[in-house]
Amino acid sequence: MNLQLVLEQILNGLQLGVMLFLMAAGLTLVFGIMNLVNLAHGSLYMVGAYLATTFYRWTGSFVLGSLLALPATLIVGVIVEVVALRTLYERDHLDQVLATFGLILFFNELIAIIWGRVGLFTDLPQWLSGSLDFGGGFSYPLYRLLIVMLGFAVALLLWYVVARTRIGMLVRAGASNRMMVAALGVNIRLLYTLLFGFGAALAGLAGAMAAPIYAVQPGMGEQILIQVFVVIVIGGIGSIRGAFAGAIIVGAVDTLGRAFLKPALATLISPTAAQAAGPALASILIYLLMALILALRPEGLFPARGH
Amino acid sequence: MFRNFTQVLVAGAIAALFACTPAIAQQKLKIGFITTLSGPAGIIGKHMKDAVELALDHLHQKVGGLDTKVIFGDDQFKPDVGLQVADKMVKDDKVQFVSGIIWSNVMLAVEPSVTEQGVFMIGTNAGPHELAGSQCNPMFFTTSWQNDETPEAMGKHLQDEGVNDVYLMAPNYAAGKDMLAGFKRYYKGRIVDEVYTKMGQQDYQAEISQLRAKKPKAVFVFYPGGMGIQFVKQYVQAGLRDKIPLYSAFTVDETTIPVLKNDAVGQWETRYWSPDLKNAANEKFVSDFRKKFGYMPSYYAAQSYDGIMLIDSAVRAVKGDLANKKGMIAAMERADYASTRGHYTYNVNHFPIENFYLLRAVKDDKGEVVMRIQKTVFKDHKDAYYKECKMK
Amino acid sequence: MRSRARKLVLLAMLALLVLVPPAAALLHQLFYVDLLRRVMIFGIAAVSLDLILGYGGMVSFGHAAYLGVGAYAVTVLAYYGIHDGLLQWAVAIGGSMLVALAIGAVSIRTSGIYFIMITLAFTQMLYYLGISLDVFGGDNGMRLPERSQFFGLINLNNGTEFYYLVLTILAAVVLLVQRLVESRFGMAIRAAKSNEARSRAIGFSPYPYKLAAFVISGGICGLAGALLVNHTAYLTPDFMQWTRSGEILFMVILGGVGTTAGPVLGAFTLLVLEDVLSGWTEHWQIILGPLLVLAVLFAKRGLAGLLPGGRGG
Repeated sequence: MNLQLVLEQILNGLQLGVMLFLMAAGLTLVFGIMNLVNLAHGSLYMVGAYLATTFYRWTGSFVLGSLLALPATLIVGVIVEVVALRTLYERDHLDQVLATFGLILFFNELIAIIWGRVGLFTDLPQWLSGSLDFGGGFSYPLYRLLIVMLGFAVALLLWYVVARTRIGMLVRAGASNRMMVAALGVNIRLLYTLLFGFGAALAGLAGAMAAPIYAVQPGMGEQILIQVFVVIVIGGIGSIRGAFAGAIIVGAVDTLGRAFLKPALATLISPTAAQAAGPALASILIYLLMALILALRPEGLFPARGH
Repeated sequence: MFRNFTQVLVAGAIAALFACTPAIAQQKLKIGFITTLSGPAGIIGKHMKDAVELALDHLHQKVGGLDTKVIFGDDQFKPDVGLQVADKMVKDDKVQFVSGIIWSNVMLAVEPSVTEQGVFMIGTNAGPHELAGSQCNPMFFTTSWQNDETPEAMGKHLQDEGVNDVYLMAPNYAAGKDMLAGFKRYYKGRIVDEVYTKMGQQDYQAEISQLRAKKPKAVFVFYPGGMGIQFVKQYVQAGLRDKIPLYSAFTVDETTIPVLKNDAVGQWETRYWSPDLKNAANEKFVSDFRKKFGYMPSYYAAQSYDGIMLIDSAVRAVKGDLANKKGMIAAMERADYASTRGHYTYNVNHFPIENFYLLRAVKDDKGEVVMRIQKTVFKDHKDAYYKECKMK
Repeated sequence: MRSRARKLVLLAMLALLVLVPPAAALLHQLFYVDLLRRVMIFGIAAVSLDLILGYGGMVSFGHAAYLGVGAYAVTVLAYYGIHDGLLQWAVAIGGSMLVALAIGAVSIRTSGIYFIMITLAFTQMLYYLGISLDVFGGDNGMRLPERSQFFGLINLNNGTEFYYLVLTILAAVVLLVQRLVESRFGMAIRAAKSNEARSRAIGFSPYPYKLAAFVISGGICGLAGALLVNHTAYLTPDFMQWTRSGEILFMVILGGVGTTAGPVLGAFTLLVLEDVLSGWTEHWQIILGPLLVLAVLFAKRGLAGLLPGGRGG
């Protein structure tokens, strides 16, 4: 095990972490503030990936395609909110789970009908496909570095908006006392719709970023959804800070576990036993972590105040 | 619920009346075809279903000269759902053949239930070792292969080439372990490491970093479906395509090439069939398939087409007497039909004895990415389990 | 329990279920016996979930775990040559209760979405454990060598006998759960659901009661797992996948939370719809999805709420 490899794996963990964060931020806001469990958040991620890929083809520009996908996913999110989810805010979490699961089925099939089941071909533009050389033989894929930087930029922006602006103040106020904000004459309905659309756009951004490196196919949202739920639960629901911490922790634990657990085990137990136990243990590492954190802190690391 | 329930009963009653009367008057062939039609794996199911429809076209909707009805069933990639679908076909639709099935676990659940009720099971993809060995069965045939054979061919190829220091990767599940075991049965060179990843994993960057650090001479992977798309894409993006040759089984094929396109170019695979295999049946199959459906068929499609043709040969041999099961078994054992892979024979366990080829993904003169045969690795290859089969 | 009408509805459902095998035999539609047997097995699992979800407010998103433990218990014993059904099923129930005790002891400390996620997490761990057990076929699973034996009294290889056994167990489970929630014990867990703080204030800690309910629920679901593996005659870790937990949850919500027998309706509707719709079109999920949304929007108390006398609960 050399230092370069460890460094590289830490970068990999960060990159996975910020991808999870982009998904988790929207989910935790919608959950924490509107009290809505949205299983279909993964579908919005899928929609974002499909739209970004399609716009990339039309415009011939990766950046333009990704940028266009954001407002487009926002619009899809707003439509979903107005048509189906608006009536669910006052309902049980259970009803929300069932209804949004129904939406998952609907979106997966709709995408399969429109774009086919085969999935879409996407590729990075030439200028993004290389690696950045740090000297000393250490290099890292440029695109993945870009994702890390973008993720940190979005995190900073979100922190600024939530902590320092009027909208952010309303959002925080809405999270702790909905009735009060409504009584103050704020159009809470519109605020919710916009917030949901904003969450959708963030998921869409994650989808657009993911499109060139993962497979763009129906059902891609569910593969990442559970991990994202793990993130927001570890972080504490409704907390952007928690979502960020949770995402980085999950990304790092998962990546480092996959990379180093087996060799580490092999020094303790026999290599054959490590061969069998390593991958199995690496698969459940994030669930173990979640169970441990919840056993110690039943409301996650950064519980949002209020409620 | 009452309304639903009575509807089911009434519908059932009507269906039964219709089903019973003509059945006595005239022999009608019914085939139940099970595959995965919904969800992410639905693309494989589409290839198989389209191939069955092409086979029916080629036979003018009369398999074995009889009026034929094919009932398609969706197993949703779940063994118990597959079992229920098969059960319905056997008990309700009274099919004489059940065919299809992509997944080994679905096959292992469905096969005993179908054959115990005196119905033929004609597998057109999954080839679990249990069915090739200890659980072999006269009522079961497959038009595909035993799971281990494809990686065996790749192991043989790398052994013949004298490639050393190979890095192995597969998802951490039974098929993944079988694939690497099959590879190692014929490859005796040095293995740098053997890595099992999480089932359905999306991001392989951590594993690729580990791989690069170990500096292997070649990489062999088994990543079917979406996992394959992700792994190959990320492998290419890591700049490894030209540095370390990537060999695989069931990873790059006609269901994933449309998504991978240029990223697939240069990939090595082994297989028993390829669209460019030269024989009359295959040329007709590939060109008619492309004409009718507008895309390149995969081996899933070729096997399913062959499945219907095998049934056709059996029913023809007994002149449409569907009660003559012994006659149909004997006919199918001869494999007397124009297979898309060319002529082959059946082993004692009803698995094909067939050739395996080395293929490479290349760009053809129209700029399309296609698989092309490079050489024959195995001639008339037998699976590793047939000796355990005590066919009654 | 609120009205006679509801009792009549339950009896009518039972009578209809009793009549299924002869009707199917008469109409040569034996498949429906199998389909309804599967529906009833999932019905048992759904009723067990409703015990803790509907009355105790514990949303377990990991009930598939016990389905899996029950199925593994039967298959593993059969693999080592023990085919005695009573022993197998006792181990299935006992094993599931033990696992539920371990999961519940940690999970019940949390609530709300945290509870949902922690039960999910434990089930994922068991699922990954299942697929790494190579002896029992890993993710491929394995054939059940022989169905459970009951000294020749009941033959599970006979579809009809097995059907009536499942029906009897279902009726017994519904009755048991009904008795349980009406007992003092049931009142305690219901009180804990409606106001945990008040329960504590009047001097009783809901924790042991909730844990006991959780363990009983796990045991019943384990029995459903033992039945399921006998039904399919095939063991697969797929029984423990998180989507499976989701399906059981949907059966309860669809049928009606806190209605005891409602979840059976939910199981019936979901599984029969799946069967019928997938027969029509490969794009059946685009129909099922919006149907689920509509069910939530318009049948507020689940399907049981639409039946006469079902509005209580």
